[in-house]
Amino acid sequence: MLTYTIRRTLQAIPLMILISIILFAILHQMPGGPLAPYMQNPHITAADIERLKHNFGLDRPVWVQYLSWLGKYLTGDWGWSTMNSTPVTEAILERLPATLELMGVSFVVSVTLGLIAGILAAVKPYSPVDYFVTTFAFFGFSMPVFWFALMLQMLFSVTGIHFQMFGYAFDFSLPSAGMTSTEGGNFVDRVRHLVLPVITLALIQLATWSRFTRASMQEVLHTDYMRTAAAKGLTFFSILIKHGLKNALMPVVTITALSLPGLFGGAIITESIFAWPGMGRLFITALQQQDFSLLMGYLVLSAFLVVFFNLLADLAYGWLDPRVKYD
Amino acid sequence: MAGITQTIPSGALLPVQGVEEYPQDRHQTWRKFSRHRLALSGAIVLLLLVFGATAAPWLSHFDPNAIDTQWSGTPLAPGAFGHWIGTDEIGRDLYTRLLFGARISLTLAVFAVVIEVVLGTLIGAVAGYYGGKIDGALMRLTDTFLSIPLLPLLLVITGIVAASSSKAALNFASIVLIIGLLSWMNVARLVRGSFLSLREKEFCEAARAIGSNDSRIVIRHLLPNAVAPIVVQATLDVGNVILLESALSYLGFGIQPPTASWGSMLANAQENITIAPWAAIYPGLCIFITVLAVNYMGDGLRDALDPNVQ
Repeated sequence: MLTYTIRRTLQAIPLMILISIILFAILHQMPGGPLAPYMQNPHITAADIERLKHNFGLDRPVWVQYLSWLGKYLTGDWGWSTMNSTPVTEAILERLPATLELMGVSFVVSVTLGLIAGILAAVKPYSPVDYFVTTFAFFGFSMPVFWFALMLQMLFSVTGIHFQMFGYAFDFSLPSAGMTSTEGGNFVDRVRHLVLPVITLALIQLATWSRFTRASMQEVLHTDYMRTAAAKGLTFFSILIKHGLKNALMPVVTITALSLPGLFGGAIITESIFAWPGMGRLFITALQQQDFSLLMGYLVLSAFLVVFFNLLADLAYGWLDPRVKYD
Repeated sequence: MAGITQTIPSGALLPVQGVEEYPQDRHQTWRKFSRHRLALSGAIVLLLLVFGATAAPWLSHFDPNAIDTQWSGTPLAPGAFGHWIGTDEIGRDLYTRLLFGARISLTLAVFAVVIEVVLGTLIGAVAGYYGGKIDGALMRLTDTFLSIPLLPLLLVITGIVAASSSKAALNFASIVLIIGLLSWMNVARLVRGSFLSLREKEFCEAARAIGSNDSRIVIRHLLPNAVAPIVVQATLDVGNVILLESALSYLGFGIQPPTASWGSMLANAQENITIAPWAAIYPGLCIFITVLAVNYMGDGLRDALDPNVQ
């Protein structure tokens, strides 16, 4: 196991280097490169650009530039964000909490609901519940996120839902943009701002979670140990949770590994629609402003997180499932 | 095997893994497919959409890019001046734009998937058939591209294309190419997996024994046996590409105005949602229904092509 861990970790390193080379090569095609924002400035002459090029080291061969970038990246110097006028690391760290809040909450919501829906569907296959969960999953997979978000905004923010019942007036209007109101910031206000983006994100994630839990649970339900547990006279609930779910969760490790990078990378579309000040929106603004270093920092970080969490999932498999043998 | 061993296609509707070597006849496949009600409905919906997109100029007498002469600054409501689902914020007939948008959205997805399938099959076939170092290198490349989140990568590349020449360079062809060239990884893995097991089979041995060369073995013997999972994956990917293109166009990095694609029609929907809610509802509904139809069809195909499902 230890040798496997070491070997897998060592294999991840060339992968990360290859990723960074490809990303560097792609971003290098950006006209002006790191100087792109200066190119449009009428006060900066061609001579200035030449001087800046020399100062930035952009007149060196590409591979030298790459190596110097790599060296700096690994030591925590991710370059200068031209749009924020701060170091890239600072710009990213500033946005990270907002993204963690949004993605964390939607992750917890979709995992909880997804597990429940998946188990219910698996226990009674081809029942109305199963059909409902399956249909819901198909809807989730087929939904254009931005349109779903727009519809939610239309329903809950533009129109709002107002009605009277038992003599009380109910008002289900929800804020459609930002993390807090300008004057607000208390707990209720923050939660109200979270509702719509979380529903948007959870719909998509829920589809994946319920589908996977259902498939994996169904497989487990037909195993011999489940029958043995039932024959021992254990209650259905304890069989389901202790014997069933514990084993069914194994493949679910995979989707967790796939969702976790997004926890840091944020959601580009959802964040831009709901004006959520997170990483995804930072990326889109950086793209519009041609902020080279920020784009590079964001892309490499996202890709590294994917590699990292996949590695973690691989290792977790070996640790959780004694049947998995590594050579 | 090294690398990302558990990555799932973005749509996460998994196609059948592995292949069966005994083919079923066509009637059996069709019978299984037509029994899947939702898949059949999906196919019918898609046929209608293809018809609508093809016959667009005959189904509406409006020009998709023309501004109605009656337009005076506010979007025309459904029913006004013959626009039966209204106009967008600058007075262009919504129904006509939806029909013409279907042309873009559907053909773009099909072309991108064709590129993806050809490239993926080529890479997967070479990796799976030859194995060894070639396989290792190609799979490492696949892992690399799978590790880079697709949407940000697409946005950066389209952004660079737009910045290098002009926004107009983001046309149909360039977007097809960009999406197609960046989404071959799942097909490559699928084909490689099939080929790794198929090349050990007796019929492959027999073909080699009678002196068939590599390309003949691959094309005549291996590929036909590996086609079922590719078809399923390709179908599901048509849906994924429609979603991807619409997201790109919505964010302004896809099909550029005035050309109508379902995504670009929604680009201005958010700021006009109070004055023209219909302009926000219908294009998205079209995307949703189309992708749903594609996904149900893919699900039906998966069942129909899998000999284990009765």
